Amino acid sequence: MSVLEVKFIGDGDVVEHIVDKQEGMQSSGGSVQKMVTFKKSAGRKGCSEDEQDGDENGVSNEQNYIQALGADTTEDEDGMSRVAGSSIFTFQKAKRSHSMAQTASELARTPGKNVSFTTPIVEPATPTRTGRNHRGESRTPQRRKKVQFVSTTPHRLRKRMTTPSLRSDSDSELSPSDSGEEEDEDGLEEEQKAKKENKENIKNPRTPSKGLSAALYKTPAKKSKSTPEPLNQPSMTEEYFEAHSSSKVLTSDRTLERSHTPKLDRETLVRLLEGKLSCYSKEIQQLHNKHQKHFSKWMLQLQLGFSVLVYGLGSKKALLEDFRLSHLSQEIHLVINGFFPSITLKSILNALTCEVLEHQGSFRTPSDQIQFISQTLKDSPDLHIYLLIHNIDGPMLRGEKTQSALGQLAALPNLHMVASLDHINAPLVWDQFKQSQFNWLWWECVTFQHYAEETSYENSLLVQQTGALALSSLTHVLRSLTPNARGIFKLLVKFQLENKDNPSYTGLSFQDFYQRCREAFLVNSDLTLRTQLTEFRDHKLIRTRKGADGVECLTVAVDASTLMDFLENEEDN
Amino acid sequence: MSTSSVSKGCFVFKPGAKKKKTVSLESYFTHGCEDAENSEVRFKLCQDLWDKIKTDTEILQDELNRKILDSLLDFTRKCSSTRKHSDWASQMRASEIPTAALVLGVNVPDHDMTFQSLSDLLQQSVTPHVASVQAKECGVLKHLMKKVLERLMGTVVAVDDEDEEETEQTDAYIHKSVHCSLGTLCDWYIAKTKKSSSGTPGKKRSSPVRDEQQQQQPPVVIIFKDLEAFNPRVLQDFILICSRYIERLPLMFIFGIATSPSTIQHMLPHSVSSLLCIELFQSLSCTQHLATVIDKLILTPKFPFKLNDKVMQVLISIFLYHDFSVRNFIKGLQLALLEHFHSQPLSVLCCRKQEALLHVTQLGHHNLERIRQLPSFKRYVEQQEAQEQVNLMTDDTHLKEVCQRLIKDLRKYHKNFYPILRCLHALTSSLPRYPLGKQIRELYLICLEKNVWENEDYQSAMKLLRMLAKDELIALLQKCAEILQPVKSKKMKNAFSQLEELLAKFKQLDAVAETASSVDDIITSPVKNLKKTDLFQLQKTLLELNESRRSKKLSPYEILRNEVLDFIDALVKSHLSSPEAQTLHEVCYYSLSATVRRHLNATPRTSIQAALSSPYYYLRNDSLKTEDGTVSNAAPDICIAYKLHLECGRLINLCDWLEAFSTVVSAAEGHDPESEHFGKVDEVKHARFIRAVSEIEFLGFIKSTKQKTDHVARLTWGGC
Repeated sequence: MSVLEVKFIGDGDVVEHIVDKQEGMQSSGGSVQKMVTFKKSAGRKGCSEDEQDGDENGVSNEQNYIQALGADTTEDEDGMSRVAGSSIFTFQKAKRSHSMAQTASELARTPGKNVSFTTPIVEPATPTRTGRNHRGESRTPQRRKKVQFVSTTPHRLRKRMTTPSLRSDSDSELSPSDSGEEEDEDGLEEEQKAKKENKENIKNPRTPSKGLSAALYKTPAKKSKSTPEPLNQPSMTEEYFEAHSSSKVLTSDRTLERSHTPKLDRETLVRLLEGKLSCYSKEIQQLHNKHQKHFSKWMLQLQLGFSVLVYGLGSKKALLEDFRLSHLSQEIHLVINGFFPSITLKSILNALTCEVLEHQGSFRTPSDQIQFISQTLKDSPDLHIYLLIHNIDGPMLRGEKTQSALGQLAALPNLHMVASLDHINAPLVWDQFKQSQFNWLWWECVTFQHYAEETSYENSLLVQQTGALALSSLTHVLRSLTPNARGIFKLLVKFQLENKDNPSYTGLSFQDFYQRCREAFLVNSDLTLRTQLTEFRDHKLIRTRKGADGVECLTVAVDASTLMDFLENEEDN
Repeated sequence: MSTSSVSKGCFVFKPGAKKKKTVSLESYFTHGCEDAENSEVRFKLCQDLWDKIKTDTEILQDELNRKILDSLLDFTRKCSSTRKHSDWASQMRASEIPTAALVLGVNVPDHDMTFQSLSDLLQQSVTPHVASVQAKECGVLKHLMKKVLERLMGTVVAVDDEDEEETEQTDAYIHKSVHCSLGTLCDWYIAKTKKSSSGTPGKKRSSPVRDEQQQQQPPVVIIFKDLEAFNPRVLQDFILICSRYIERLPLMFIFGIATSPSTIQHMLPHSVSSLLCIELFQSLSCTQHLATVIDKLILTPKFPFKLNDKVMQVLISIFLYHDFSVRNFIKGLQLALLEHFHSQPLSVLCCRKQEALLHVTQLGHHNLERIRQLPSFKRYVEQQEAQEQVNLMTDDTHLKEVCQRLIKDLRKYHKNFYPILRCLHALTSSLPRYPLGKQIRELYLICLEKNVWENEDYQSAMKLLRMLAKDELIALLQKCAEILQPVKSKKMKNAFSQLEELLAKFKQLDAVAETASSVDDIITSPVKNLKKTDLFQLQKTLLELNESRRSKKLSPYEILRNEVLDFIDALVKSHLSSPEAQTLHEVCYYSLSATVRRHLNATPRTSIQAALSSPYYYLRNDSLKTEDGTVSNAAPDICIAYKLHLECGRLINLCDWLEAFSTVVSAAEGHDPESEHFGKVDEVKHARFIRAVSEIEFLGFIKSTKQKTDHVARLTWGGC
């Protein structure tokens, strides 16, 4: 080994050193500068960061990936221009209270075949592709006034659209609502307070949101669409903060009740919809036929150990049913309606063990049951079971335990699974491990068929809570009770109806109730009432809650209109 | 029997056993695939290839795991043997539970295979007592204990539950169930070891190297498959209990860790972890694993089936950006294989040489026409002379002959492609900033995409190579020679001998250089007398020097280096041309990357939203045709309701929504906008609206809320 030596080196020597090194390069005929310019954008460079442990890959590689994925769509046989991810996952934007009515009028004016907007009055809806249009900015009060004169908006709608800007009296249609998850009582107070604020706002001839964010209005209101948008980035942030600056959402106070829209019950609904054929039945049938062609491929893939998962807009029940009848009729199979409101893992597993495998006896835990199933299937490799799950993302199947149990089943080599999926966030229920257990092959099956059966169960119907089910169960239970018991219950119902407009009503206290029952000669002792109440509670007719002062309060857990119907019925009898 | 009911969610269908006829896989393949004519052959080819890939990957997996598994096995053996020594240190050790922390990486789906082979190996060669547990099944200590005992003893274990019901239930088979405690396990273990030592000792076990003592006391191994998922309290309690029994029961733990070894410290307090004697084992990283799989399955002429650059890119990207799972990569390969044979009738030629040549002769007219339609074949035809062109397009027998030749050419191309690819990778993988990538898969992607020498990065890599010092260059060239040596192709043999010659010349150069070394000194630097300068001056001087030296004579090494690199460049240009340029490449290369991506990495929400905002893409009806981003008012109800809801803030007033909806719908029905009844809500419209809204709710765009009467809350913000 040589001894290390440190000495001072002058510039000249340094140059000489460099020159010597350079010799080789020069002789090969390239200048240094050129050779060492690596362009970052050249693509594969990112790979240099690919570390030994391998999880670091550069940005440029990511770009490649996006390119590879994006480029695919062009070679897509359907030639579909998909909605870009950036337009799907955007921030909340501030919305004007009447933009829906406006859009509706736009759409209404649009003839079916041709949608070119010749009048620049109303900005066309944001193209799905760009996701950059700033609707909020260009909707200015002035513009809206123009709309009144030019547009062919239907009369009723027009009236509504003009109201906020013209009316300045206290009878405002708009009221904000609070955002938090507070209790209803608090909400009401808040709402009232906010209403007052709102009135003040409306007294000014400005739009309500104007006061909230002056920043947005720094951009000139007349900024036309054609101007390039140099303020693109800042305005996007401004938009974000405008949308989030207030927790109030302004919506009109109109209710369905006030607008005299009669409530429809289930039967009428079905009857009304039945008569009308779907408008694009021919095209829908074509779609169906297109998907049908893949059935034998599904079978092939199922047999090769994949699971088939169909997704896309429209009910896929008919499609899967078709598949079942055409290809599974010779096989042992199990159909599970995931949208069924009271489906449980236990019922699925029981169906498998009791009915399919014909096993008598019970199991202590689901995992034991799965163990049994997998053992049985392992012992008889010729036994093939097909599991057809409509809506594997159904509300009752979403749980982690259920999904992991289903995953364990799907991983068995002679149990084949076909499932459909509808909720937009459904894929979140599976982690890496579960996904690999399921071994999904995704199939896009857009059917455009109505989710008739999926949404048919009472509690999934949001608009028309008819309460028919609750009512009929009430009457049935009550019919089996003694007249005195019925009287007790009616007493409670009446009291609740008397107080239905009282927001601070929490229920009837037991002492009070007892007093009233005694006065009506319905009970003779504290104990009889308690016994009776226990019976009610067992039938889930009433609910008890500890009030603020620690007193037990009784309520009937059914909404007011149903109770009213109930009382009417009782009196008729 | 109907599958809709208001009282039931599960429907079982069992066909009568007698009329059941089995439908073979093959018929599913044949049915609905392109051109049924030769589908049977294709199906068989596909199956064979897949079986081969499967077995190969399994072997590969075993090989890759062998090292770490071997060291784990050694560890277990060592542990069970140290127990017997009587010195103080091992006495101390004996009170601790030997533990192996096995770091497996984040590709959780792959772990199962590793654990399976680990427990198999352990059972074969070290101890019959192996139990593996998962966090999922051990929520409480009782269950963990039960699982461990069950798996070790293979009997039913009764758990003392507080519930009277359950104990009553178990009364039925109480005679064979045992009490759930480690004490029971201890007794069982002692009985077991006594029995086996008195009987035929270790007849099941086959490992030859084992001393007598160990045979009597095989360790009890418990594998915790996913340590992170365990409840820390459960684990702590279990370890504390186990440490009490360590003298009587030779326990041993194996922790499977996905993240980092520090999890052990996070999960276990010092008082507990001090009871363990932990040794760390690091498994092969998943990228290395992938590299080997690609190396063995894809970069080889052995498998005729290939992926084109886009498909490859999709699969690799799914690996790198989504899961790090080699298993999923192979799943993607399987899917591509299946799709290729299913959709490409000419894939019948995608097999071994002899078979392929045979299949060419059996091609029907239909398929020959298909060959004529192939873009690559068309290009080939255009290059031929006029008479030949006519022959090719009309004469079937002639076409068959040409096809045979082309198939042979394609095979030869592949035979030469991969060795040269490896050589190029060997040369460029260590260059500064990795112009052609660090991993061979990156280089492979470049080569698949287009001719590699047209790539800018290739140029810069060659320039960098021309600057290499002698030692480095020789080392790299020797690596190349090693790669080329075993290849059996004629051209490669040729290339190898040429390379050898060049290497020999380098050696000669060494000898010459020693004698001529003094000559270099004569060339003195003209800037010896340079004074202190600034950077600008320095640069100027350097440029001048550059100019003056350009004309200078090259040293013998430089001449030789240029010669070698020209040789390499020529090799690359003749053998590494892009596969797309090869005639008949469509036969072997699968190119539909969109299909693969849509089946493996689907985006359901995008699909739903695309359908809602532009129904025309799916329902090809002209009345739905609109400009980008708008919805025609004739669109299905759900699309209109969705479009309207996009205009709302966080809350939506149902009443307004209904009114807007009915306005649009009446317009679509062609009512006069000026009439008084226009847009009035009638029952049918109301019903349609209800249906549309409940469908939108079902899809998860809105939910009901109690914040305000007749309002719903919006849940998404996209699509506007």
